[in-house]
Amino acid sequence: MRPLPSIVALLALLALVLPKLVYPVLAIDVLCFALFAMAFDLLFGFVGLLSFGQAMFWGGAGYVAALLIVRAHANAPEAVVAAVVYAALLALAVGAICVRRSGIYFAMITLAIAQIEYFAAVQLSGFTGGENGLQLDSRGGLFGLSLEDNSVFYYGLFIIVAVCAFLAWRMVRSPFGVVLAAIAQNEQRAIALGYRVYRYKLVVFVIAGALSGLAGAAFALGNHLAGLEMLDWHTSGSVVIMAILGGASTLIGPMIGAALYENLGYFVPQTAIGAQTDLIMGLIFAACVLSFRRGILGSLLTRGWRKTST
Amino acid sequence: MSLDYLAAQIFNGLASGAFYALLALGLSVIFGMLRIINFAHGAMYMLGAFATYWAAQSLHVPFFAALVLAPILVGLLGMAIEVLVLRRLTGSDPVYGLLLTFALTLIIVNIVRDIAGPLGSPYAVPDALSGAVNLGFTIYPAYKLFVIVISLLICAVVWWFVERSMLGARIRAATENPVLVRALGVDTQRLVTVAFGAGIALAAIAGVLAAPTTNVQPSMGDDIIIYTFAIVVIGGLGSIVGSIVAGFTLGVLQTIGAISYPPIATTLIFIVMVLVIAIRPAGLFGRPELFR
Repeated sequence: MRPLPSIVALLALLALVLPKLVYPVLAIDVLCFALFAMAFDLLFGFVGLLSFGQAMFWGGAGYVAALLIVRAHANAPEAVVAAVVYAALLALAVGAICVRRSGIYFAMITLAIAQIEYFAAVQLSGFTGGENGLQLDSRGGLFGLSLEDNSVFYYGLFIIVAVCAFLAWRMVRSPFGVVLAAIAQNEQRAIALGYRVYRYKLVVFVIAGALSGLAGAAFALGNHLAGLEMLDWHTSGSVVIMAILGGASTLIGPMIGAALYENLGYFVPQTAIGAQTDLIMGLIFAACVLSFRRGILGSLLTRGWRKTST
Repeated sequence: MSLDYLAAQIFNGLASGAFYALLALGLSVIFGMLRIINFAHGAMYMLGAFATYWAAQSLHVPFFAALVLAPILVGLLGMAIEVLVLRRLTGSDPVYGLLLTFALTLIIVNIVRDIAGPLGSPYAVPDALSGAVNLGFTIYPAYKLFVIVISLLICAVVWWFVERSMLGARIRAATENPVLVRALGVDTQRLVTVAFGAGIALAAIAGVLAAPTTNVQPSMGDDIIIYTFAIVVIGGLGSIVGSIVAGFTLGVLQTIGAISYPPIATTLIFIVMVLVIAIRPAGLFGRPELFR
């Protein structure tokens, strides 16, 4: 039996009953971060670009959606579409600067550029609400259904995330995805074969930015808030942890990582060791980097042939 | 704007640039030898400040003693981290070094926050440096002047050490071709440990110097580490001279920018970084072949 389809089916089932198991807004957060972590994985897992500034798309889109709703009284779908367009355009501009770099250099540059947006949001506090963020009164409605109903919002978002995940999976399996794999394996060879590597990377950077923006806009709606922590570099770091913990290069793995991370981040602070949440996350992540690099899903899928391959 | 005022502002810029230069220099020393970027550099800076604060609180260790002791202690911690943890990454893609030191940052900051609480504590400027000095064109705080002078001195010593001394020559040789240097009988593994400890000690010195100028708090390394990354990129990754020049220059630019247009203060360094990499991807003093 091939393990992957059964894992995906199990996860989909778990996602369908998640709002019955945990606090509904936590379930919404899990979906948003699952999409965010999958978007990051397109970059890191499939073209080897470690973005340490992905919060600029997540948080930027969250703010755009919230601003349009609060200041321009846009309805939710319009605001989300505008937020995704913003994230994609921002990714195009930022990508033009940095996708020619790679490795730690790319990580440092994306981290630094993301700080420009963060400090801009701090400075423009009259517009963005500064430390308080932007509160939303309502998520609005869609097709006559009120998005204020957590179940409606969750299952609507579930369909969107599932469609995005399917499209991303189709993309990495397509001829386009094969070229990406070639770039990740040996960039010089891909260039020698005549591929415009820079353009491929830029396209993936824009797609990942747009998907991160979609996730961030949904997160802002779901929580009725766009706050500075959405733009904070710690958020960029969190999504890196989620993706690698769950298993980079698998798309589904980062979603598992996101679900685990969000649940740990919600339940650990309520326990006696609540003050040690970062310590626990740090230890788990250090263990991943040192001896568990395939992450949870990667390890599950490769258990059979690991002995021969490494 | 009077010329005297401008001169005083340039000194303020040099004083903040002193911290950037020391931190960037430490990052460069580590990058030169280990080819990794130490994300935990901000946490080590914070530890330097806390070591100073705790030593004064519990043992009444004076500032000048802390300026020597804290970097040694934090540097030893760095060497322990290199031997026990980072060494396991030998041969891995350098991004895993960045990720592992990011994990270490979360762990270290959490531990300090647990001990000290999230809020800051003030640390008094040492008596000997509490006054002001007449520079002719302006009356300037003695402590800030001390920070500028001592960090220039340290930068000069480190530059001399890496570029001119025998040990520095070995370090540079081991960076270029570790296999050959090992064949010549040099213990490159020990050089790596020493370089990492030295880089960490530089971060700790910056932390000690920062203690009297800011609230000593667990998150004090959070913002400055990203500025330092941008400065290292501007100066040229791995370039000792580039780190020092970029550190002081951007400190001054940031201060001048802040008096011309205050909101730019927090973002100017990042904007300069974007401009520099658009024009000169390897940074001002960087070697292009390191950036493939």
